[in-house]
Amino acid sequence: MSMTVRAWLIDDSPSSRLQARLGRAWRICAALMRNPLAVAGAVIILTLVLTAIFAPLIATHDPLKQDLAQRLLPPGAMNWMGTDELGRDIWSRVVHGAHITLVIVVMVAVLAAPAGLVLGAVAGYFGGWTDRIIMGVTDIFLSLPKLILALALVAALGPGIENAVIAIAITTWPAYARIARAETLTFKNSEFIAAIRLQGASAARVILGHVLPLCTSSMIIRVTLDMAGIILTAAGLGFLGLGAQPPLPEWGAMIARGRTFILDQWWVATMPGFAIVIVSLGFCFLGDGLRDVLDPKSGGQQ
Amino acid sequence: MDGGGELKDVAFEPDTTAGAIVTAETKSQAPNRAGRFLLGLGGFVLTVALTFLGLLAITFFIGRVVPIDPVLAVVGDRAPRAVYEAARIEMGLDQPLLVQFFHYIGSVLSGDFGMSVSTGKPVFEDLKRVFPATLEMATIGIIIGVVVGVPMGVYAASRQGSLMDQAIRVVGLLGYAVPAFWLGLVGLALFYARLKWVGGPGRLDIFYDGLVDPVSGLILIDSLIAGETDIFFNALWHLALPSSVLGFFSLAYIARMTRSFMLDQLAQEYVTTARVKGVPERLVIWRHAFRPIRVPLITVIGLSYAGLLEGSVMIETIFSWPGIGNYLTTALFNADMNAVLGATLVVGAVFIGINKLSDVLYRVLDPRAR
Repeated sequence: MSMTVRAWLIDDSPSSRLQARLGRAWRICAALMRNPLAVAGAVIILTLVLTAIFAPLIATHDPLKQDLAQRLLPPGAMNWMGTDELGRDIWSRVVHGAHITLVIVVMVAVLAAPAGLVLGAVAGYFGGWTDRIIMGVTDIFLSLPKLILALALVAALGPGIENAVIAIAITTWPAYARIARAETLTFKNSEFIAAIRLQGASAARVILGHVLPLCTSSMIIRVTLDMAGIILTAAGLGFLGLGAQPPLPEWGAMIARGRTFILDQWWVATMPGFAIVIVSLGFCFLGDGLRDVLDPKSGGQQ
Repeated sequence: MDGGGELKDVAFEPDTTAGAIVTAETKSQAPNRAGRFLLGLGGFVLTVALTFLGLLAITFFIGRVVPIDPVLAVVGDRAPRAVYEAARIEMGLDQPLLVQFFHYIGSVLSGDFGMSVSTGKPVFEDLKRVFPATLEMATIGIIIGVVVGVPMGVYAASRQGSLMDQAIRVVGLLGYAVPAFWLGLVGLALFYARLKWVGGPGRLDIFYDGLVDPVSGLILIDSLIAGETDIFFNALWHLALPSSVLGFFSLAYIARMTRSFMLDQLAQEYVTTARVKGVPERLVIWRHAFRPIRVPLITVIGLSYAGLLEGSVMIETIFSWPGIGNYLTTALFNADMNAVLGATLVVGAVFIGINKLSDVLYRVLDPRAR
């Protein structure tokens, strides 16, 4: 039975669109499975997602409940990662922080990737002055320091998760626009585009229905690789007190609180940092693996 | 020659522009060499000017348009009515946005960034005072990055697939996954508090503070000018940790890129030829394969240096380093918008400047890109 499903999936001449798509997905997964780092990355990210969903079940304590009698306890059997200066369980806070981190990266990706994708595709497809103006603006944004720009934006918008997401998204889209434009240029003059246009398709239809879908695989690689940077920027904003506001258990903000105790109660600041490092590494591993599989041209050497 | 191809691994680095710009500008073909050079120079100057204008437009936008009330952002919400009105007129907020923008460009170009609410001095004076501290830290950082990162990358490429190669790859990826401020904190707890290998926060021990006259603002240089070797070594002692943290991030990136460039070269036929001729492997690597990658490496080092200036913002808070990053974050907490924008502008301008400079160097040094 399983052999026949496999045969159906890797059939060279799929008889339906569904079969072709599933077959492609299956091939990509199979190729990813052969890359140990990519598997490690996928496992980490799956764990992050599951942790974010089931946080109340995984956490051993209420992340916001203070108990001043239990403050600054070292890691032990009751509190796996110790407690912070208000007696809150750090493990439970790190677990609940997964939810905040996931929300931030997903929101940034949802805002920045489509914006960059559409702008880049429009610039590449129309060319001429449209291209020059869009890409001129894109290049200016690309040549600015992203962290500083995000800091200044949040300073103007006011602190908070929503504003941090907006600021990070504003600094992230230009890279996507560049990729989408480059991809669009490679097949803009190909025959299948000409065929669709001859059938009378509008520019919007060509871009949305035929150009954008072809840009998605390089976009997925880039977004996955960027996730680590987005997490670090969000944590940095949180650390400076510009991102998630207390008492939310955001990892960067938790490190900031632990800063005062770093010399004697090292675990308060160190534990959330490990969470950031592991999750960011997970995205790097997966992104690297995806690039090797989806875009063999650029990742030729291992 | 395709700059994008040379720099393909840069795709991993979020803030890269060099590849794109090189490709865009090598396309223009003019009939003769001098004409082509002038055309290229003109185009380049125009790009740089437009980028700076864009930076100004963005800081203008952030300062005047994004806040609900830019006057409040500058004078603070406890200012009396008269001060508020005076500031409003002084900022020219009664005039059209475009006129305001031209005034803004004019004042920035003449070095007027406004007054800082928190220090009570002109922002420009403040920035001149704090910038050398950042420059000193980032420069030591990039030196560490180059001295350690380049050999690491070359070694990894020459032993592709070995355990060391894998380890260097993971170090390279850690550079993208570790928060700088966290690494600084952990380093402080471990190397300063526990092991006492390095100096603590600040640029100097308290009793050395203010003993040397600031000539260049760089304590390492100023102390040598004054002949105070004690202070020189004390400064080095304090620089060690923050610069090493910055150096880690730059060596991760530089090693990664060096490895990728070297692998490209080692796969070329001339390398095989050299090996077949019996050239010792060390010479094959350093004399043959390494030479052509020096030029793209300059671009990588430039990008990394610019990134360190930016990265120091997070580090300086941890190490109480009196540089531009600390100035910026302090200003953020005091809602001191003039100072925030001034610092943003300076870091942005230096960032763009280094990027473009490494781009120029790339084209001057690589005969194919001329």
